[in-house]
Amino acid sequence: MEKRVVFDNRWLPYLLVAPQLLVTFVFFFWPAGQAIYQSAFIPDPFGLKTQFVGFGNFEYLFGNRYYRESFLTTAVFSVLVTISAMSFALWLAVLADRVIKGSSAYRTLLIWPYAVAPAIAGVLWLFMFNPFTGVIAWMLAHAGYVWNHNLDGGQAMALVVAASAWKQISYNFLFFLAGLQAIPKSVIEAAAIDGASFWRRFWTIVFPLLSPTTFFLLVVNIIYAFFDTFGVIHTITQGGPQQSTTILVYKVFADGFVGQDLGSSAAQSVVLLALVGILTVVQFRFIERRVHY
Amino acid sequence: MKKLIAAGVVAALLSGVAPASAATQIDFWHAFTGRLGELLDEQVAKFNASQTDYTVVATNKGNYSETLNAGIAAFRAGEQPDILQVFEVGTATMMGAKGAIKPVYEVMAESGLPFDQSAYLAAVAGYYTTTEGQMLSLPYNSSTPVLYVNKDALKAAGLDPEMDLSTWEQVGTALDALKAAGNKCPLTTAWQSWVHLENLSAYHNVPFATKENGFAGVDTELTFNGDVQVKHIDTLGQWAKDGKFIYSGRRNEGGAPFRAGECALFTESSAGYAGVKKEATFDFAIRPLPYWSSVEGAPQNTIIGGASLWVMQGQTPEEYKGVAAFFNFLSSADIQAKWHQDTGYLPITMAAYEATKASGFYDANPGTDISIIQMTGKAPTANSKGLRLGSFDQIRGIIDEELEGVWNGSKSAKDALDSAASRGNELLRRFEQANR
Repeated sequence: MEKRVVFDNRWLPYLLVAPQLLVTFVFFFWPAGQAIYQSAFIPDPFGLKTQFVGFGNFEYLFGNRYYRESFLTTAVFSVLVTISAMSFALWLAVLADRVIKGSSAYRTLLIWPYAVAPAIAGVLWLFMFNPFTGVIAWMLAHAGYVWNHNLDGGQAMALVVAASAWKQISYNFLFFLAGLQAIPKSVIEAAAIDGASFWRRFWTIVFPLLSPTTFFLLVVNIIYAFFDTFGVIHTITQGGPQQSTTILVYKVFADGFVGQDLGSSAAQSVVLLALVGILTVVQFRFIERRVHY
Repeated sequence: MKKLIAAGVVAALLSGVAPASAATQIDFWHAFTGRLGELLDEQVAKFNASQTDYTVVATNKGNYSETLNAGIAAFRAGEQPDILQVFEVGTATMMGAKGAIKPVYEVMAESGLPFDQSAYLAAVAGYYTTTEGQMLSLPYNSSTPVLYVNKDALKAAGLDPEMDLSTWEQVGTALDALKAAGNKCPLTTAWQSWVHLENLSAYHNVPFATKENGFAGVDTELTFNGDVQVKHIDTLGQWAKDGKFIYSGRRNEGGAPFRAGECALFTESSAGYAGVKKEATFDFAIRPLPYWSSVEGAPQNTIIGGASLWVMQGQTPEEYKGVAAFFNFLSSADIQAKWHQDTGYLPITMAAYEATKASGFYDANPGTDISIIQMTGKAPTANSKGLRLGSFDQIRGIIDEELEGVWNGSKSAKDALDSAASRGNELLRRFEQANR
């Protein structure tokens, strides 16, 4: 027998969701619509005159080798950030879950970096790795390794990935920990009695049961790596050296706010919007199938 | 209750209406924080105290890019300030926006206040003047690159600390000695594009771009991939490979290691003087920017960096009068002389330079007049008047990227400059299209 609560009022549900719809419209659909509209024009910065170019901005973008290369940079960056942020967070969550004494102190400390704004996180890591004055760069130099992310694209990428992932680990940690605590102890205990080792219990019971959390975090982390890491890139490398850390969202900023090229910037936003939309659909369509709720 | 309302009305009248009727408010948006912000506020307070007709309200809107963006956004919303401080690379953007700005010569002419354009340093004002000689924006803070020398480091390398470093050839021999003596950072620079391409071009009287570096039209093309520039960048690239030139970053990140005594030579804005003087615990000197003696006609003159004040459209005549009065005040010799001495920026008028000279400031602070001598030594040519290129902030970003390829050895100087020029030209065509 199906249990159901029936609302008689036809308008109440709409009224109740109206504030959320309004927020979504004002802060998402409207700006997104504006971006799509503007991507068909080349305006001057002050909005004094504007020219309709149709898909001209997109043609200009995709005809540009550096823009196309930026996709690869973004892919490398996002995958690295997502994998490192999630695996570290899971590892920490598993350890924190087993701590008995002072567990709340550990947890609180592990959550702290999330309160740091991306730009501040960037400056923090920049201080540590500054080739001239950074303490870690200094230690590396004494170990015989030359650190200069101003010139070495690989090092620059490693640094922005580390800074971005570090900030996101806390968020992931929180969700993984909650996920771990929701797993019934009885299942794990039963496996333990059957003689399964810790790692075997983890891979055959805990990890599959965590899959909804992992999937959710995968989506969130990819979106984070695509959009929210702007501050980190801006403070540490400004996209350099050469183009080695110029991810798509940084190009939107550079063209729109540094170059005042609003048409190209709007077109890039539309491309990003489509890209993240496609990625999310793909994730839900293909990865979610393997998730056990 | 009635009494309360009445009191409220009176209070509102007093707070809201009274000041407005007393003085016209002039909004001034700028990009200065810290010490420079304090000095700017001091100027504004002095102006406000000097008369009762106008009140200038100065507001910081972030860094240069943010201030320009704030001005643009405000203009689109019809809330623009009277005065907007815009950095020199935004000049072409502002000039292109004919309906958004009111040229300074027009503001001054309408005000009826005395305004003599020839009183301004030609090398400074020229950057913000049309080819017909009309001043579009008021030069405010202008600087030019010079060479900072750590004399103790030269001594430690067995060199004469007073040695002649006026040419890059001489700098080259000094770098050899410094490197041989184990110096970890013989030479570094700030603002690489500004110093080693833009100023290099002007200083050797070769074009940075066609159409008088963009002064004569927006259909300009970059030409900084010429022989002189390629040779210079190639030499620097070689020095980078040998560990004689150390790349420290796109902005002025090199300042910290120089002030800490780690770097021997440092090319940086003359406005970096205050910081070096305050922090350096070693004996330092300011020298003119070096040039290549092999290039005929060098040294010409260097060009400026910094910002100017633009007047925005859409204000009342009364406000424009106030702007003119404020600009007159800023241009006066004693205000300019103080600004020049406090900040290391160039004085914008000849009178301010003379006043500073007469006060004995240059004798007490040797090297502080080098920037002015370097800029005014020769009459500017079409190649050394300045740069007026659209999307130039972004073109500098491209130049930075390509130069990094030279410094890390992945590109030859010629390839990097060719690529920077062609990528920059694409942006210039976009700008031309948007400003047609």
